[in-house]
Amino acid sequence: MTAAKAAAPSPVLPTDNYVTINNISKTFDGFRAVHDVSFSIRKGEIFALLGASGCGKSTLLRMLAGFEAPTAGTILLDGLDLNGLPPYRRPINMMFQSYALFPHMTVEQNIAYGLKQDKLPKHEINDRVQEMLKLVRMETYAKRKPHQLSGGQQQRVALARSLSKGPKLLLLDEPMGALDKKLRTQMQLEVVRIIERLGVTCVMVTHDQEEAMTMAHRIAIMEAGQISQIGTPAEIYEQPNCRYTASFIGSVNLFEGTLDEDQIDHCTIKTADLDVPIYVGHGVTGMTGMPCAFAVRPEKVSMSKTRPEQMHNHVAGIIQDIAYLGSESVYHVRLQSGKMVQVELVNAVRWGSERFAADDAVWIYWEDESGVVLTA
Amino acid sequence: MNNGPARISKFSYAALIVGFIFLYAPMLSLVIYSFNESRLVTVWAGFSTKWYGELFNDQQIMQAAWRSLQLAAFTATASTILGTLSAIVIVRFKRFRGRTAFTAMITAPLVMPEVITGLSLLLLFVSLGQWIGWPEGRGMHTIWIAHVTFTVAFVNVVISSRLQEMDISLEEAAMDLGANRVKTFFTITLPIISPALISGWLLAFTLSLDDLVVASFVSGPSSTTLPMVVFSSVRLGLSPKINALATILISLVSIAAFIGWWLMWRKERQRLRDIQDITSI
Repeated sequence: MTAAKAAAPSPVLPTDNYVTINNISKTFDGFRAVHDVSFSIRKGEIFALLGASGCGKSTLLRMLAGFEAPTAGTILLDGLDLNGLPPYRRPINMMFQSYALFPHMTVEQNIAYGLKQDKLPKHEINDRVQEMLKLVRMETYAKRKPHQLSGGQQQRVALARSLSKGPKLLLLDEPMGALDKKLRTQMQLEVVRIIERLGVTCVMVTHDQEEAMTMAHRIAIMEAGQISQIGTPAEIYEQPNCRYTASFIGSVNLFEGTLDEDQIDHCTIKTADLDVPIYVGHGVTGMTGMPCAFAVRPEKVSMSKTRPEQMHNHVAGIIQDIAYLGSESVYHVRLQSGKMVQVELVNAVRWGSERFAADDAVWIYWEDESGVVLTA
Repeated sequence: MNNGPARISKFSYAALIVGFIFLYAPMLSLVIYSFNESRLVTVWAGFSTKWYGELFNDQQIMQAAWRSLQLAAFTATASTILGTLSAIVIVRFKRFRGRTAFTAMITAPLVMPEVITGLSLLLLFVSLGQWIGWPEGRGMHTIWIAHVTFTVAFVNVVISSRLQEMDISLEEAAMDLGANRVKTFFTITLPIISPALISGWLLAFTLSLDDLVVASFVSGPSSTTLPMVVFSSVRLGLSPKINALATILISLVSIAAFIGWWLMWRKERQRLRDIQDITSI
């Protein structure tokens, strides 16, 4: 969690619909890349489109930039209808995955390129370029060509170039895709810091959930050309609305079953994996007997060698595999039904992982509020 | 060089030397005999530069050489422009009706026998002259059109392969930053593919300067090119003048190649120095 998230805009503001995407569809030769997508983005927000490759997130971004025309639907940016506007007439700038720095120009010339297109006076361009170089801390590299820079430096220049014209909307296409893992973590926070300092509204596309959760205020999960859920990183993780989101973000244990009893304060789910129905501490809106799934994250499942005292939500199993990760261990427990359940325990005590060994008979259990019921 | 790759065997060296001798010995003997005193090309009779003098006094050869150089320059320029345009159409506009046919037709002259190209162009010019009165006769302009016709295929191949390599997001980035398509082409695409334009131009220049077959078909009375003069003079009997001409051409090519190499080397050295300068700040 970054400090950035605390500053996220509150839910109801007139600037809530800064970018409005209405029923956007895009079809390529009969293939529906994006299908009837609608949502809006708030002013000053970092919004991530997250999904596996081929889910339509890049197509959506390219429609915002103007490189693809939507087959149907409209996009409004601060009241301006973007339909039919070519990329060079949109107050939108994009940082490309490959950075797309012009190889025959120096760092300075790259950053000045967009400003020159606006025919600004020379001294204004120079001032702006210096300001941008300072913002990304690249002042000493102004005269270098892109091939004389490291990956991280190239990214800073690309960011400076895309921010130089003061766009109303900044697009980031897989911003960390070309960096190695160590640099990635560092740059994620730095890019967020720069974007937030300028207060620019930003849409990013990524397939890396860690990146989306670190950088974005809100995330839209995309699957097969449609959005399956929009929410803050915590909402998406703790309150997924469908099986796809639940299993796409982090790991999850899914118990398929039927809704047995539905009250205001609780519900129970009958499943073949547990002897007694799963007791969930919140109600759902659905008909008794309808198929549904119970999802519980591995770190919210506990494990002991003795039978827990609680009445519900426990089941016996045998430890099949152990993945020791240092800070935590992941235990793969086989239930009597044959189902594999993941249990993640933090190794809070030194050598704490040695409490359990493979082939141990154990009980796993969880609290009433630990999981969610998924009906989609 | 003890950290190099596997040691090159003696056989490989021998093969290399034999190969070089095969390629360059005829040229070397040609250069040596250009300084021959004797009129006979195969008999050495002492050192002399008199054939160079005779060459420069031979109006027919000198005019043909000048004509050929002009023709090659015009041909190279025209086919570089056309080759670039066609390459952009083929590479950047993926979907249009007749793209496959267009691609096949633009590159067909690569595999077309020159005799056929020459003959068909001759027939075209003759019948065009009869129908619309242009071209009235054949001369430099018809050779120029013919040379552009077959060199544009080579230029197209060189430039489209470079365009294909070029990251398309560079053009998208330029448009994203506010440059329209024309501005993007001149400020981004053209500078990036410029090495291919230069090599395409040089290739077309060489092909045009070198062409005998097509030019023979479509040339007119006052438009004899250098290869045609050389070829006809060889039929009348070898003259050491031709050796002298060949020596001059070889020297020009060598000097051009050396200047090219030197410019590249200087640029690379400057680049390395730049990096050192900046890191030492």
